[in-house]
Amino acid sequence: MTKSAGHPKTAHPKLAKAPTGIQGLDEVTGGGLPLGRPTLVCGSAGCGKTLLAMEFLVRGATEYGEPGVFMTFEEGTAELAENVRSLGFDLDALSRQKKLRLDYVRIERGEIEENGDYDLDGLFIRLGHAIDAIGAKRVVLDTIEVLFNGLSNTAILRSEIQRLFRWLKDKGVTAIITGERGAGTLTRHGLEEYVSDCVILLDHRVIDQISTRRLRIVKYRGSAHGTNEYPFLIDEDGLSVLPITSLGLMHAVSDERVPTGVARLDTMLDGQGYYRGSTVLVTGTAGTGKSSMAAHFSDAACRRGEKVLYFAFEESPGQVVRNMRSIGLDLEPWVKKGLLHFHASRATMYGLEMHLAMMHKLVREIEPRIVVIDPISNLSRGGAHQDVVSTLTRLVDFLKLEGITTMLTSMSSVERLEQTDAEISSLVDTWLLLRDIELGGERNRGMYVLKSRGMPHSNQIREFLLTSRGIELNDVYLGAEGVLTGSARVAQEAREKATAVQRQQDVEAKQRELEHRREALEARITALRKEFEAESQELERRIGEDRTRTEVARMDRMRIAISRKADDGNGVPRTAARPRKPQETHP
Amino acid sequence: MKTSAAAKKKAAPPGPGPDEESWELRLYVAGQSPKSVAAFANLKKICEEHLSGKYSIEVIDLLQKPQLAAGDQIVAIPTLVRRLPEPLRRIVGDLRNTERALVGLNLRPAAPEV
Repeated sequence: MTKSAGHPKTAHPKLAKAPTGIQGLDEVTGGGLPLGRPTLVCGSAGCGKTLLAMEFLVRGATEYGEPGVFMTFEEGTAELAENVRSLGFDLDALSRQKKLRLDYVRIERGEIEENGDYDLDGLFIRLGHAIDAIGAKRVVLDTIEVLFNGLSNTAILRSEIQRLFRWLKDKGVTAIITGERGAGTLTRHGLEEYVSDCVILLDHRVIDQISTRRLRIVKYRGSAHGTNEYPFLIDEDGLSVLPITSLGLMHAVSDERVPTGVARLDTMLDGQGYYRGSTVLVTGTAGTGKSSMAAHFSDAACRRGEKVLYFAFEESPGQVVRNMRSIGLDLEPWVKKGLLHFHASRATMYGLEMHLAMMHKLVREIEPRIVVIDPISNLSRGGAHQDVVSTLTRLVDFLKLEGITTMLTSMSSVERLEQTDAEISSLVDTWLLLRDIELGGERNRGMYVLKSRGMPHSNQIREFLLTSRGIELNDVYLGAEGVLTGSARVAQEAREKATAVQRQQDVEAKQRELEHRREALEARITALRKEFEAESQELERRIGEDRTRTEVARMDRMRIAISRKADDGNGVPRTAARPRKPQETHP
Repeated sequence: MKTSAAAKKKAAPPGPGPDEESWELRLYVAGQSPKSVAAFANLKKICEEHLSGKYSIEVIDLLQKPQLAAGDQIVAIPTLVRRLPEPLRRIVGDLRNTERALVGLNLRPAAPEV
């Protein structure tokens, strides 16, 4: 039943509405306040009733050509003009142009005696006169209940106020009547009984010392309207209501891809980076390089000429720029060119919803293609858990609807690395996880893609290095000893290299040894051969000697025989010339 | 319908009201409504009885001169404004209670507390 910004209007005739011109309020009310009828705006002191009413009049006068009468019962016109000047409303000028008329109805408590019957015709006449004088179409009565302080006959007042509202309706003016919140009732004196067309409740709540302004449409007769509580802001441009309800999943999707700013990461994401209009979550423990990742993404976007809105909740813009310079990213030129818009504030400054309201407003103003929120984890301190999830959902839906690619960073604790503070993981399309890997007495960064909807992505852990040339992703060492990074990886690589060298040396040594052995063997063979030769020579020599000796002996014997005149046994005389058979002479 | 009934008469000093002061009264009405008529009649009677000869009543009809309503911060009708003597006092209603009207105009001290 929630009526939200993006939905088409229904076909049947609708209640005529007077646009308020207040950012967001027209979306929540589906076009503005009921035309020609009174609307009750109630809330406690300081919740912004007067401002809402005043902006309604000023916008009416300046943007919709509808002059207005502001009848104040609480503060003087000069004071009022002074108060709203800070919002850029020049009431004096508008009064001179007869677009606005201020009337201060001063009623002092106890100053008026009552005696007998009376009515509030004086007020009617004053108001009527003011309306007629400038042809007013809009009227504000702020705060009519002050009458109850000055006049004691509540029976008369009640019937007269009721008559006043009828009279305003008859006049056909669109009116805002403000009322102070009472205990247990919307207004202290039950004005809501008389204003039945539209009731808007403003609230100013302080939870954990953080105040959040909220707006809720209590009723709106004859019209659909947002029923949630919407946070709203009051700043130098007046009010802005954060109208985003849960917009559902109606946004158009894009096939366009957006480079991540880190070439190696693009490769991990199917070679092309994120989808346009998707939501990227970068989580990691402290100091793992989440902001650097965001800065790379922003830098890449600015290089393409796209506008980036960077919400920094931890560092000032100057600090971000300086720090990123240390990794070789100069963001300053982008800031100067108006491509990179920083918005830095302490997360604890307002509640989460106020931050979101402010982001919403800035997104509308700057119209960026890329939004970075660094980090969201800080924001969650400003609200209860359920609030955080629902408001972040609203923000993500809103940004998606606008086709803005969003990078959220979030600090996660070591114990629950794959869990974010706000448990918004289901909202995000791509989730990069940065983690530190402690090993060998040092801390290194690792990165992996936890999920990335709609694309094949790498499931490898990369070592994430912050160098003077920006982010570098390295392969980690995957070995028998597990994942190694940093100097452990370097050491491991060195060790491997050393081992390889050693092995090489071993081989060489063995080869040398083999050579030596061969040489030694050959040397021995040579030596043996030489020895053999020497021996054989010796032997031959001795054989020669023996032979010589034998011959000599035979010769000697022959000579002896000859000298003895002996025959050879066959009667043949021995001569010196006939040698003996060797076998006979051999010993 | 500005019935400026200015009349100055000498009369015996009524009550604690200052003798020599002149009383300047303004009655804001809206046309000839019964309340307006009654208020004027009641006021006239009180003045005649207690301020005879030293008062003036200016009746301002806001239907005729709506621009005058802001000046005296008129909200209710009828409203009697005592412009003089100071301080300024306002009484709203048709003045049907003469006693209270006298007290309201400082012509008689408030009834002692019981």
